[in-house]
Amino acid sequence: MAFKKIQDLESLKKISHNIRSNIIRSLAASGSGHTGASLGLADVFTCLYFSVMNHDPQNPKWEDRDRLILSIGHVAPVLYATLAQAGYFPQEELLTLRKLGSRLQGHPGRDHGLPGIELSAGSLGQGLSVATGIALAAKYDKKNHRIFCVMGDGELQEGAVWEAAMSASHYRLDNLCVIVDRNKLQIDGSTSDVMEIEPLADKWLSFGWKVLACNGNNHDELLSSFSENEKSQGRPVVIIANTLMGKGVKAIENNYRWHGKAPTKEEAEQFMAALE
Amino acid sequence: MYLENRGNRPTKSGFGQGILEAGRLHPGLLVLGADITASVGLDLFAREFPDRFFSLGIAEQNCAGVAAGLALSGKIPVFSTYGVFAALRSADQIRVSVCYNNLHVIIGGAHAGLSVGPDGATHQALEDIAIMRVLPNMTLLSPCDATQATLLTKKAIKDLKGPVYIRFGREAVPDFIPENINTTIGKGQLIKNGNDISIIATGHMVWEALQAAKMLEMKGVDARVINIHTIKPIDKDIIIDAARETKKIVTVEEHQVLGGFGSAVAEVVAQHCPVKMKIIGVKDTFGESGQPAELMLKYGLHAENIFKEAMILINDSQ
Repeated sequence: MAFKKIQDLESLKKISHNIRSNIIRSLAASGSGHTGASLGLADVFTCLYFSVMNHDPQNPKWEDRDRLILSIGHVAPVLYATLAQAGYFPQEELLTLRKLGSRLQGHPGRDHGLPGIELSAGSLGQGLSVATGIALAAKYDKKNHRIFCVMGDGELQEGAVWEAAMSASHYRLDNLCVIVDRNKLQIDGSTSDVMEIEPLADKWLSFGWKVLACNGNNHDELLSSFSENEKSQGRPVVIIANTLMGKGVKAIENNYRWHGKAPTKEEAEQFMAALE
Repeated sequence: MYLENRGNRPTKSGFGQGILEAGRLHPGLLVLGADITASVGLDLFAREFPDRFFSLGIAEQNCAGVAAGLALSGKIPVFSTYGVFAALRSADQIRVSVCYNNLHVIIGGAHAGLSVGPDGATHQALEDIAIMRVLPNMTLLSPCDATQATLLTKKAIKDLKGPVYIRFGREAVPDFIPENINTTIGKGQLIKNGNDISIIATGHMVWEALQAAKMLEMKGVDARVINIHTIKPIDKDIIIDAARETKKIVTVEEHQVLGGFGSAVAEVVAQHCPVKMKIIGVKDTFGESGQPAELMLKYGLHAENIFKEAMILINDSQ
């Protein structure tokens, strides 16, 4: 039986709040990991797992489930916190993040047996190819499930992304939806300084994709984009989700130094207290 | 005692035939094209099953990733291009998306070795064994002739669950392995028994090794010839027996001597039964243009040179 979907915005906000809180807790417990983009994506993941995707935490391998391929494996904390929130595994397990023997690897690893992980990934620029393969197989089998692929904006500097983008539109994979986490920051600084990726919408358009954009930290806008996505015919869809790195914790918002850093225990307490 | 050549055929054709026959048995087998469909032997399949053939263009990294996605969906994807590109251009995709996820993806490495000839160094796959054999979960196959290429391809598709790299060449080479000989993935084959020295070879170098054994016999040297068609997991037992019983080992591969097949054999020998070895292959250099036969002569990948090196080892009393 598929997961019961929630459309009520207040409930979704509460869920995002819990997910952010769990991201901070798990990162503080691990002492390392990627805080900024994990927090920034909490609203995207809330919408996907609680409003958009057909999935069943009691039956993670359900054949007709929608698939989420996380291409940017380094934001594993938001995936883990969301899966735990949805009931795939106990929330307390989030505190084992990145520890020896944990099912919560630094980047998702299927071989460690955590339910709900579709792909071991983390080397940037690979997820879209795999998502394309899954979407192609679904078309071939005349299945209706959808494939979502979460990518980073810095990741789009990888050339293989555009090989995949070309092939997805060539095969008219309208069952495929990419969400680009457009927080405009990467490890060395702003994407425009490190390597400009604009004009981003034009790039995807010219590769044959339907392009949508929204505030990626606004549930209402996200849900509209996802519902628009479902109407696409003959073209894969990209949603450019404009997010704020570190969203929810004012002290670290939009600060690229928090890309790959975890909070200390003391910082974690401050962050959770200040969480919006 | 010596196997006979039934006629020359490229191992590429054997691979293509294997994919076609496996395709008839397994409806989930899908083939990805990287623009060189005919030259990697996949045109047979593409003609018979056009709706199961997906052209992905000159984009090897994407090919490997798409293959991973198809395998995650229960398909058996085949992705083949020249070995240099399959093993090097898409190495990271093969490592993470395919091998780390332990997916049953069949990767065909075509144009293996120098024998591509006139195309020269850019297209001669001389490093693919070294790279593919260090990847966890990978099975690495290197058939010695076209008949064996067909057999191993079919077995790999049917019997294995994880990633497979199959290495094959373009040139027509002697087809000599009897179809009824026991061919098991992970097991080496004793092609000729002997107790004075062992020549352990892979790919079409096995035929050259057999010819070298004939020359050695003229000198009163009784050479053992072993075909290792599965470089990973390698058959330790047949290598350890050879080391223990013949005390001297020559390996032959159409590949770099660093990190390749000879190294794989040496890892077994050094740890279980150290004996003198000679690793014959390309000596840490790029290839070049030339006719295949000329190149094999120049780089010492022929029976005469194997014979010569074996004699040096035999006469080495140290």
